[in-house]
Amino acid sequence: MITILTGFVSELRQVGIPVSMVEAIDAAGAIEHVPLADREALRHSLAACLVKNAHHLEAFDAAFDVFFSRQPPVDDSSGEPAPASEGDGGGTGAGEVDLEPIIAGLVGALSAPDYAALQAIARQVVGLLAGIQPGRPVGGRYYLYRVLSRLGAEALPARLMAAHEEPEGLERTLLADEYRARIESFESMVRDEIRRRLVADRGREAVARTTRQLLIEDVDLAHAPRADIARMERVIQPLARKLAARLAHRRRHLRKGRLDIRKTVRRSLSTGGLLADPQFKAPRVAKPDIVLLCDISGSVATFAHFTMQLMYAMSSQFSRVRAFAFIDGVDEVTGFFAPGVDFHDSIGRISREASVVHFDGHSDYGNVLGQLVERHGQAITPRTSVIITGDGRNNYRPANGDLLAGIAATARAVYWLNPEPARFWDTGDSVMREYAPSCTGLFEVRTLRQLEAFVEELAMAAATHTTAVKV
Amino acid sequence: MSEFTSPGEVADALKRVNYLPDERISQVVFLAERLDKPVLVEGPAGVGKTELAKALAEIHGRRLIRLQCYEGLDESKALYEWNYRKQLLRLQADEGADWSTVEDDIFGESFLLERPLLEALRSPEPVVLLIDEVDRVEIETEALLLEVLADFQASIPELGTVRAVSRPLVVLTSNNTRDLSDALKRRCLFLHIGYPEVDREREILLTRVPELPQQLAEQIAGVVRHIRAQPLRKSPSVSESIDWARTLLALGIEEVNEGVTTDTLHVLLKYQADIDKVAADLLGPR
Repeated sequence: MITILTGFVSELRQVGIPVSMVEAIDAAGAIEHVPLADREALRHSLAACLVKNAHHLEAFDAAFDVFFSRQPPVDDSSGEPAPASEGDGGGTGAGEVDLEPIIAGLVGALSAPDYAALQAIARQVVGLLAGIQPGRPVGGRYYLYRVLSRLGAEALPARLMAAHEEPEGLERTLLADEYRARIESFESMVRDEIRRRLVADRGREAVARTTRQLLIEDVDLAHAPRADIARMERVIQPLARKLAARLAHRRRHLRKGRLDIRKTVRRSLSTGGLLADPQFKAPRVAKPDIVLLCDISGSVATFAHFTMQLMYAMSSQFSRVRAFAFIDGVDEVTGFFAPGVDFHDSIGRISREASVVHFDGHSDYGNVLGQLVERHGQAITPRTSVIITGDGRNNYRPANGDLLAGIAATARAVYWLNPEPARFWDTGDSVMREYAPSCTGLFEVRTLRQLEAFVEELAMAAATHTTAVKV
Repeated sequence: MSEFTSPGEVADALKRVNYLPDERISQVVFLAERLDKPVLVEGPAGVGKTELAKALAEIHGRRLIRLQCYEGLDESKALYEWNYRKQLLRLQADEGADWSTVEDDIFGESFLLERPLLEALRSPEPVVLLIDEVDRVEIETEALLLEVLADFQASIPELGTVRAVSRPLVVLTSNNTRDLSDALKRRCLFLHIGYPEVDREREILLTRVPELPQQLAEQIAGVVRHIRAQPLRKSPSVSESIDWARTLLALGIEEVNEGVTTDTLHVLLKYQADIDKVAADLLGPR
């Protein structure tokens, strides 16, 4: 057991969950109080000892499922038909099996709901349909897709709903919710079963490597699948809140303000007129003026959305945030983000209402800079920090680096956030080298973690900068 | 004090005092008592974090000592303070007395003001110590808690180290507005309480609002799940769905439909933008 536990802990560390020595020892202590046969009890106990951040629970669960996957209860309970379909290996076997009775059984079990029956069906269909071939290093997701698509999973909700005569309105919505939840729990049973078979085949460590789930902070923004994007959107508000708290804390410790004579004298009354406890004025917090310039062309749109979302969530940290979106033309979009307005609506409005396409809808940084200087030049003042997000891929058009140099001369700082790995800059049609000399800083920002770090630096740089000037 | 031998017993005891735990909650509580470790409870507002501590105090028949955290909380509010007015009076009462005798005197028991942490440590019978919303204190103040949490003791310069007379059961809650320090987290078991599943929410509603009809409870739980699935500024919490159930009862409503829901949404949701969005979604398809 201890061997499995140490393997498990090191897998968690691999994923990026910080597990300290003390916590691992706690986990070992906890195991003594848990009946090992009870998998859920073990899961909750280990989670309580090892995971101290709710966002990490998903990754923990993924790893736990692999390491403590259910041992085969009755090995090959689906024994009779399984060898036939697995035996022919080509994966075409499913065609010969009549799926209709299984699906009918599934629909029956789902509408009851009968979870024991669902469990049995999950075991059966994985044996029949997944076509798991020993030794093939394919992730579990592939098999899951295979099973579900052959079962015709998309048609299930409609079949379930058909059993009810014409529910309408709210009742219908609630019923649909309920069925969706049941189908999801069936899917997770199937996923469990697949994982169990994979582990039996290839061993824990190997499966853990292929099913490893990245922490949400580390998912690549540019290539994130939809499910991950939804998860990221859910964490961005709490992330902004925490960042604001951390900034406030760092600022408090930065430097005390000037001596406050009034307060000091008043305080001295309690010590008989002795000035024993000097009081200081709170320093005025300098908040930077922000101009955001975001490339929202297809390749980097997701990244631009997250930058805008985080900057707006953080807007209390800045004196003003103005946002401009561009592809090959530029337009101001500040007004689309009023407080309380749904972010997705705003993004939708940008693509509908803002005139960000000037010519052909391919990024043209040179033209955009020209338009910005010409139409919105007054937005950039010596108090402004300009943040440009984009991959700097200019489709072989003129870069007009001198325009950015002009902006940089006026603005306090120009930062460039590039969602591409730094080693790809200046390859192909990337014109980063033309802009680099004008930028105060170039940042590779591919994950939420990097984005958060940048925003923190930005807000702090402003605070330290102005206090230094005042002195 | 009763000792539990399995998480199941914890769950049953909690149910007896009208707190419905899920498997995770009873398991972690059980473990915390076994390992003698504090529990850090985290989760959105209104899912019953504070209630859990209260229920634990009730099932053990222990006193609940609560330390409500806020920004600016310090030693003198959390641990102890010398009653300096009383000390001044004592000094004035016999001026001219020898300093060494007075010194021993004014730093004695009768001049000490106990604050929640010290009170919990020195209580002769075991208590439940609830440190509420620990994320509100500054990181420096967190350090104050470390000694108490790890060794159940506190150091007071004039008195020396005060050890716990009896082991308190410690529950910390956090709304996760900032990251707690690793040192603090390491000393605690972590329990995340999220929104309950539909079935559990229905049971909670029935326990908390006993006169609620079964059918209505089911519908309420369903509607609340539907609303929580949407991206909102603030999802309805359990306490808000209980409020909603009470509202519907008071209005004499026996069945939930779109009209009733949209009319009473303001009980569930606290932002106008959220209310508009959900109302549009409910009335939308027609």
